[in-house]
Amino acid sequence: MVHDGTISIQVNGAHRRVAQGISVAQLAVELGLEPSRVAVERNLEIVPRSTLGEVVVEDGDDFEIVTFVGGG
Amino acid sequence: MGDTWTVAGRTFTSRLIVGTGKYKSFEQNAAAVAASGAQIVTVAVRRVNISDPGQPLLTDFIDPKKITYLPNTAGCFTAEEAIRTLRLAREAGGWELVKLEVLGEAKTLYPDMRETLKATGILVAEGFKPMVYCVDDPIAARQLEEAGAVAIMPLGAPIGSGLGIQNRVTIRLIVEGANVPVLVDAGVGTASDASVAMELGCDGVLMNTAIAEAKDPVMMARAMKLAVESGRLAYLAGRMGRRRYADPSSPLAGLI
Repeated sequence: MVHDGTISIQVNGAHRRVAQGISVAQLAVELGLEPSRVAVERNLEIVPRSTLGEVVVEDGDDFEIVTFVGGG
Repeated sequence: MGDTWTVAGRTFTSRLIVGTGKYKSFEQNAAAVAASGAQIVTVAVRRVNISDPGQPLLTDFIDPKKITYLPNTAGCFTAEEAIRTLRLAREAGGWELVKLEVLGEAKTLYPDMRETLKATGILVAEGFKPMVYCVDDPIAARQLEEAGAVAIMPLGAPIGSGLGIQNRVTIRLIVEGANVPVLVDAGVGTASDASVAMELGCDGVLMNTAIAEAKDPVMMARAMKLAVESGRLAYLAGRMGRRRYADPSSPLAGLI
């Protein structure tokens, strides 16, 4: 861990550093996303939308953030 | 006309389900959905665009409060991937009605029935209501129904091929054997193909490419709406028997 108050995570396969202690909802906002329009998986577990504001992002977390797109 | 169909407790009047892929723009897609009269659209679940989060979303153009979004697992090649995708879809949408498809290979996009059956059982145990894309095999269809599929969706021909209904005999056998809705999913190329599916007694038809890749997608969407309605009416009306030789329409009596 780098001791500058940030932690290292993966979001949709890309490395990223974010402030320590932020919630998943804050992470979504930081990414420019509206939390109510996405679904979040953290380390292969669904993060229920109702808990996005409570779950704290941890160092090494691996996130997948998805939404609905056009498809057949 | 009070002709409706029901899947997993939801009742619909339109028997045409349309995809939302391959369109030139969201505007064209929305116009085609409107012209098709569809009440259900299939959608895919994909990573959000983090590099450009301000881009318009499908939901800005097709309102999920008015049109039922049916999340699909297109592109999944294992039960595990499909289940993971649908768990996310349920979280994004908030409902259990989903479309399962587990593909066996990229060349034909033919369903992998072993993985499909496995995924169906797991999804049902988790409370999902899966409508399941499958081969046009009456035995496989029955096994899916036993596993808890809420609708059986046999292919008419390979996905995106536009070849039309290749095996009317097996589609008809699936319809006769099923106690859940049967919808032809994939293979429709033009309006008459959709009519054939409905004349065979299917509860509905799902298509994407036939509309999206038409020269005029919005006009084709309307053609498909009419074709599905025509085929359904013809099925309900009951077609005439087939004869091997001619039978005159005018009376023979009173000929001069």
